[in-house]
Amino acid sequence: MTRLEIDAVNKSFGDVHAVDSVDLVVPEESMTAVLGPSGCGKTTLLRLVAGFLVPDSGTIRFGETIVAGAGRVVPPQRRKVGYVPQEGALFPHLDVAANIGFGLPRARRRSARIGQMLDLVELPAHYAERFPHELSGGQQQRVALARALAPEPQVVLLDEPFSSLDASLRIATGHAVVRALRAARATAVLVTHDQDEALSLADQVAVMRRGRVVQAAPPRDVYRSPVDIEVARFVGGAAVLPATIRAGRAVTALGEVAVASAVKDGAAEVLIRPEQVLLGAEGSGVKAHVDAVGYYGHDASVTLTLLPDGPTLAARVNGLDVPATGATVAITVAGPVVAFQ
Amino acid sequence: MSTTLDRAMEVPAAPTPPPRQRSPRALLAAGVVVAALALVPLGFVLTYTVIIGPSEAWSLIARPRVRTLLGNTVSLVVACTITSSILGVASAWVVERTDLPARRLWHGLLVAPLAIPAFVNSYSWSSLFTGVHGFTGALLVITLSYYPLVYLPVVAMLRGLDPALEETSLSLGHSRTTSFFRVVLPQLRPALLGGGLLVSLHLLAEFGALQMLQFPTFTTAIYDQYSSTFNGAAANMLAVVLVLACLVILVGELRLRGHRRYSRVAHGAARPAEPIALGRTAAPVALLLAGLVGLALGLPTYSLIHWLRVGSSTEFPLGDLAAAAGTSLGLGAAAAALTVLIAMPAAWLAVRYPGLASNLVERSTYIANALPGIVVALALVTVSIRVVQPIYQTLALLLLAYAIMFLPRAVVSVRAALEQAPIVLDQVSHSLGVGPISTARRVTLPLIAPGIGAGAALVFLAVSTELTATLMLAPIDTTTLATRFWSESSSVAYGAAAPYAILMVLISIPAAVLLGRHATLSNLTSDVTR
Repeated sequence: MTRLEIDAVNKSFGDVHAVDSVDLVVPEESMTAVLGPSGCGKTTLLRLVAGFLVPDSGTIRFGETIVAGAGRVVPPQRRKVGYVPQEGALFPHLDVAANIGFGLPRARRRSARIGQMLDLVELPAHYAERFPHELSGGQQQRVALARALAPEPQVVLLDEPFSSLDASLRIATGHAVVRALRAARATAVLVTHDQDEALSLADQVAVMRRGRVVQAAPPRDVYRSPVDIEVARFVGGAAVLPATIRAGRAVTALGEVAVASAVKDGAAEVLIRPEQVLLGAEGSGVKAHVDAVGYYGHDASVTLTLLPDGPTLAARVNGLDVPATGATVAITVAGPVVAFQ
Repeated sequence: MSTTLDRAMEVPAAPTPPPRQRSPRALLAAGVVVAALALVPLGFVLTYTVIIGPSEAWSLIARPRVRTLLGNTVSLVVACTITSSILGVASAWVVERTDLPARRLWHGLLVAPLAIPAFVNSYSWSSLFTGVHGFTGALLVITLSYYPLVYLPVVAMLRGLDPALEETSLSLGHSRTTSFFRVVLPQLRPALLGGGLLVSLHLLAEFGALQMLQFPTFTTAIYDQYSSTFNGAAANMLAVVLVLACLVILVGELRLRGHRRYSRVAHGAARPAEPIALGRTAAPVALLLAGLVGLALGLPTYSLIHWLRVGSSTEFPLGDLAAAAGTSLGLGAAAAALTVLIAMPAAWLAVRYPGLASNLVERSTYIANALPGIVVALALVTVSIRVVQPIYQTLALLLLAYAIMFLPRAVVSVRAALEQAPIVLDQVSHSLGVGPISTARRVTLPLIAPGIGAGAALVFLAVSTELTATLMLAPIDTTTLATRFWSESSSVAYGAAAPYAILMVLISIPAAVLLGRHATLSNLTSDVTR
């Protein structure tokens, strides 16, 4: 499949600058999640790539071909994009086979290709004769993906495809969709406002905010090295503590911790993820009071206030060893931490 | 400084509406033409009022005759709305909320009177009982004909109500009766007001039934003025007052409804309510319902069959029957096609290109809902004589009148049909490499065809029993089932009239069945596209 390249693309609706000088490269056969709160412009970006909207300026390339920009606009029906909208949008008057075969030439609409596609999205072959209303939400999404992949598109675009599914189905469907995309060697863009979805499914996460892509990097980097505190908070739980940097180490209320990147001496703020806060026996660190415990079985989230008077921060602990509410614990920080100056 | 485990969670917002697109010019132009056509009757009324001037208008209005008509019309509208509401709500509640046996059958029987036009119903009564006339006669017959207009929306609303609300009221210690009046009835308000509005507007437009029952209202008086003197001024001024009355009712309904919202707070399908056990009252309740069905459905059926047997013993004019039926069918089909066709641009604009211009176009097509057929007919007679003489007394003018009168039904159906084909399906189709024309053929048309069929069926049903405008506008040699029935029953030839009425009811049946089928199909597809 094809590499997707978005270069300095702008799109405004009236006074609203929905997409603001966006650059983004999606390498061949990889999936990029565009992550951002609603209204950040991520859906507009997707629709620009699909061809439903035309950019005000900038270029969009599929491989070497310019599909929008430089005075040239390829209409959506000639772009060869696979589009999976929210809630699937299956054609309600057609059965599963006809939905999947919709984009194929007439001769292939009832061919073995349908079976292959059902197999690819892990649905049994006899589903071919079902109608959309006879499928669950997750199955509808899989059929929608099969329909998008059947004509072998250059780029697959998924617009919050799992947001209408309930939590358990969302994870299972998400992984099935990613497996199918990998098997089809597709280049894909997934638009989502769900951090877990973006981090767990994508090869690259592009965080969007107010029309701009503020960071595009592999999931681990976005989580471990966010470009700013806002991104840090958006992609996961985060405590931000004031610190003083001295010789590459941060001195905080929790003691001295290593800093992940090179920083100058002086005042800074450090980011501490809940899983970096370790609870130990009394005496082995800074004392804290357990304010509240959210127990999830496999793990638990613990809200702590440093004694005597704050600040408050969160810890994620193993479900086997959960402190009682009201107890006093000793905490240490597993470094290194990210510092913002 | 505080920290939290909560992610920067945001509520998954409703999908942002697609950015506004400017409507294509040709489509907008077509929409404007349709809107202009729909506005002809109202334009006629307004122009006439301005031309005649206030003093002349007042002298025509401030006559004792007009005061009598106003009194008659208002008292009948008020009384009928009240009786129809009581019957409609009571029967809807029994059918929808109790454990009465055979509720589906009762539902069918309670809706069936809609298939019998009010003027046929009044014929059934007045031909059997000479005492049925005047105010009480009109109240009886009209209530029996119109209560389904309240029954239907109330049944639909009761079915959609969340039973948890009533259960909460019961758990707070209120009795069934108190809960009904304090919780259920207030929630039925939109349905009740909508139904009451329909009853009032139908009644203001009703001509045949009231003429037959000898209870003069504005509509019958306009017709008498028109047919006796063919004189514009008096009839036209009455039409102005009639239109004002319709507007008063429309505005009144809007203000009563207010801005309160009655929607369910949480999403998800409503759980069906536990039916209330009637116990010992089951038999009397069933008897009351049977009485209502007997009066509204049984008596007219009996009367028609009775007069059919009386009539056929003397003569059975098969040729005349066939000719009138052919004309009714042909006019119905032509009007259905024309109306759906001109509804298309208005509905398309409203669904695909929402905006000020589209709204104005769509709203204009609804105005005819509040205009009695007689006003539309009067307007078209006047306009055609003054402006486009060649189409006066032609079938084209009659079809145009039908199209204007029944445009609202067609627009509503076509609009709903287009909503079955959301634009995202077009986009998916385009992304799969299918061009616009192919997309229309393979996606849009198959999806909207049932809804368009339903719209056509609605128009066909209305036209095949339409009397007022047909009497005023049909060319002299054009006889429909309705007009032939009318002329026979007006000359007290009850036996001769019966076969026309029966045929009129019979030819409506296939269209009604088509409508019933469509209702289930649209429920089915909306589950997927919603």
